[in-house]
Amino acid sequence: MMLHPITVTHYLVLSAALLLIGTLGVLLRRNAVVIMMSIELILNAVNVNLIAFSEHLKTLNGQIFAIFVITVAVAEAAVGLGILIALFRNKETVLIDEIDLLKW
Amino acid sequence: MNFLDLIWLIPLVPLFGAAVMLFFGRRLSKAAISIICPGAVGASLLLSVGAVVQLAGLAQKIHQVTLFPWLPLMKVDMAYLLDPLSSVMILVVTGVGFLIHVYSIGYMGHEGGYYRFFGYMNLFVFFMLTLVLANSYPLLFVGWEGVGLCSYLLIGFYFNRKSAGDAGKKAFIVNRIGDAGFILGMFFLYQITDSLKFTDVNEALRSARFGVEHNFGLLSLTALLLFIGAIGKSAQIPLYVWLPDAMEGPTPVSALIHAATMVTAGVYMVARSNALFQLTPETSFIVAGVGAATSIFAASIALVQTDIKKVLAYSTVSQLGYMFVAAGVGAYWVAVFHLFTHAFFKALLFLGAGSVIHAMSGEQDMNKMGGLKDKIPTTFRTMFIASLAIAGIPGLAGFFSKDEIIWQTHASPLGSNFFTVVGLVTAGMTAFYMWRLMYLTFYGEGRMDEKTKHHLHESPKTMTVPLMVLAAGSVLVGWLGTPKLFGLPEFFRGFEGWLEPVFEPVKALAQEGAEHAEHAFEWFMMGVSIVIAVGGIYVAYYIYRKLRRDQRPSGGMLYPVLLNKWYVDELYDIVFIRGLSLGGGKAFAAFDSEVVDGGVNGTAWTTKFVSTVSMWWDTWIVDGLVNLSAFTVRALSFPVRFLQTGFLQSYALAFVLGLLAIFGYYWVR
Repeated sequence: MMLHPITVTHYLVLSAALLLIGTLGVLLRRNAVVIMMSIELILNAVNVNLIAFSEHLKTLNGQIFAIFVITVAVAEAAVGLGILIALFRNKETVLIDEIDLLKW
Repeated sequence: MNFLDLIWLIPLVPLFGAAVMLFFGRRLSKAAISIICPGAVGASLLLSVGAVVQLAGLAQKIHQVTLFPWLPLMKVDMAYLLDPLSSVMILVVTGVGFLIHVYSIGYMGHEGGYYRFFGYMNLFVFFMLTLVLANSYPLLFVGWEGVGLCSYLLIGFYFNRKSAGDAGKKAFIVNRIGDAGFILGMFFLYQITDSLKFTDVNEALRSARFGVEHNFGLLSLTALLLFIGAIGKSAQIPLYVWLPDAMEGPTPVSALIHAATMVTAGVYMVARSNALFQLTPETSFIVAGVGAATSIFAASIALVQTDIKKVLAYSTVSQLGYMFVAAGVGAYWVAVFHLFTHAFFKALLFLGAGSVIHAMSGEQDMNKMGGLKDKIPTTFRTMFIASLAIAGIPGLAGFFSKDEIIWQTHASPLGSNFFTVVGLVTAGMTAFYMWRLMYLTFYGEGRMDEKTKHHLHESPKTMTVPLMVLAAGSVLVGWLGTPKLFGLPEFFRGFEGWLEPVFEPVKALAQEGAEHAEHAFEWFMMGVSIVIAVGGIYVAYYIYRKLRRDQRPSGGMLYPVLLNKWYVDELYDIVFIRGLSLGGGKAFAAFDSEVVDGGVNGTAWTTKFVSTVSMWWDTWIVDGLVNLSAFTVRALSFPVRFLQTGFLQSYALAFVLGLLAIFGYYWVR
C-alpha cells in the first residue's frame, strides 16, 4: 500500500469537515452545552487552517494567531459556561428552544 | 555577616511578631506568645548591636539601604538610614524595648488580651524603628503616625473602662494638631530644599545657599511648624495634656511608649533637623522657651500628685522640656544624651511603679502605700537608684546629662541665664517630687488595708531582672558623656564624639572660641546643681519623714491650683470644647436657621414656580413630540417584528444562509 504525503489539501479538507460538523451542531442541537462544544469545533477548524497555511507559507504569523484564538476560546468558554450556569439557575434548563424570552 | 545591609530586618522582625499575634495570637498559648514577641524584639536588638558595631568601623559613619522606590514624585524611596543618631535611637528602642517586653511577661501574666497586648507592643516597636531608621521625612512621618496609632491602641487597652477609651482618643486628637504642623513643615521644607531626604536636606541647608536667618522668615516658619509636630508628640506646652491621661494604659506601655521612646520622637526629630534649627535662632529660642516653661510647669504639678504614675508622667513631661531646652540652645548632642539616659531611669521608674502597683493589687494612690521597703526589696533598691539618678546625684546617669544641659544654657551662644535659672529650679523640684514619691511609697507605716497588706509580694523574676538591668544602665550610661572638665580619657566623652558627624555645625555659624575658658565657673555651677539636688531630697525627707501628717505645710492657695494641674484641662474645656465647639455651634445654628434656611426657602419657592411652568411645557410640547416619534416608529415596525422569534438557532440559520448566499453570489458570477 502506498502512503501519500499529507499536503495542505488534506488539512483543508479536515478543517472544512470540522467547520461543517461544528456549524451543523450549532444549528441543530438543542443542548446549549453541546452548542458551545460545537463552537469550539468551529474555532479549532480555523486553528487547523491557520497552522496549515503557516506551515505552507513558512511564516509564523498563523501559529501566533492560533495561540490568540485558543486564548480567546478559553475566555469565551469560561464566560459562556458562566452565563449558562446563571441561566440554569433561573430557568432550570439548558435546552435553548425553551429559552425564548427575547422575542417580539 | 554584614549587619549593615540587614538594617531593614531590624524593624521587620517585630512586624512579623505583630502579624503572628494578629492572625494566630488567639490560638497561641501564653508560653508561645511570651517567646515570640519578646524574642522578636530581642532579635532586633542583636541585629541593631551588630549593625552599630559595624557602623563604628566605617570611616564615613553613615549607611543607607534602599528597598524600593516609594514616592517618585518627591524623589523619596523606601530606604533606611543608619548613622550615629539613629544608631543611638535603635539601641534605646530595642534595648529598653526588649527589657520591657520581658517585664510584661510577668506584669501582664494575669490579664486578658495577652496576645493583643504583645501584638500591639511589637507593632509599636516596628513603627518606632521605622521612625528612627527612616532616611526621609515622609518615612519618618509614617513611623510617627504608626507609633501614635499604637499609643492610642495601648492607652485604650482596657477598653471596657471608659476613662481609658477617652484617654486614648484624647492622645490621638491632641497629636493630630501637632501632626498638622509637621506636615506643613514638610511641605515648606520640600519647597525650600527640593528634597525630603535627610542627607539632601542637610547638605542643602549646610551649603552656601542659606545663611542664618535673623529675622523670622520662611526657614524659621518651617522650623517652627516642625517643632509644633514635636510639641504634640513630645507633650510640651500647650499640647502636653494627653500624656498624663495616657497613664490609663498598662504600666509597661507607659514605660516604653510614654517615657522611653515614643515621646522622645519629637526631640529626635528636632535633633535630626538640626541643620534647619541652627539657621533659625528665633525658632530655636522658641524651642528652648517652650521646653523651659514646660519643664518647670510640669514639675510644679508633679509636686502634689498622689497617683504614683501621674507623678512619673508629669516628671516625663518635665524631663522632655529639659531636652528641648538643650536642643533650643543648640546643644543637640546633649538633648540626645539626656534622651538616652532618661530612657533608662524613667523606664526603670515606671517599671518599678508597675511592680509596686502589682504588689499593691492594683492600687496607685500613694496615700494608701508606705512601708513597702522591706516587702518588695528588689523593687525598692532599683527604684532607689533611679530616683537618685533623676534627682541628679553625682555619678549616676541623670547627673551628667542634666548638668550638661544646665551648663549649656549658660555656655552656648544661644543660651540665656533665664534658662539656667529655670533649669536649676526644676532640678530642685525634680529631686523633691521624686523623693516625696519614694518616702510616701517605701518608707514609714503601711497605710493600705489589711487585705492588700496580706497580699503584698515581690514580683516574679521576669519583672525584677529587667529592673536590675535598667538600674545598672541608670548608673553606667552617664559615664559616656562626662564633662570635659573631668579630664577623663576620650572613652568617657564618647557620646559627643560619636554624634559629632550628625551635628556638624553649620558653616555660617562655626565660630572660634565657643569653648569658654570658664572652668572655675563650671565647677561652681556643678556644685550649685548638686546642692540643689541634695536640698530637694532633704526637703522631701524633712516634710515626709520628720513631720507628722498634720504638721506638713498645706501650701495655702497654691496647693489646689497645683493639684488641679493649673486648671489647664478645665481651660481647654471652656475655650475649645465649650467655647469653640459648642458655643460656636450655637452661633452657627442660629445663622443656619435664619440666614441660610431663609435663602434656601426663597430659592425653593422660585424653583417651584419655574418648575410648574416648565412642567406644562414638558407635558404638552416635549412629550408630545417624543410620543409622536414613538408612535411613528411603532407603526412602521409592526410588520417586521415577527422576525424576532426569540429562538437562537433561527438567527444562527439566518447567518449561515446569508453566508451561503454571499458565497453563492461570487460562485455564480
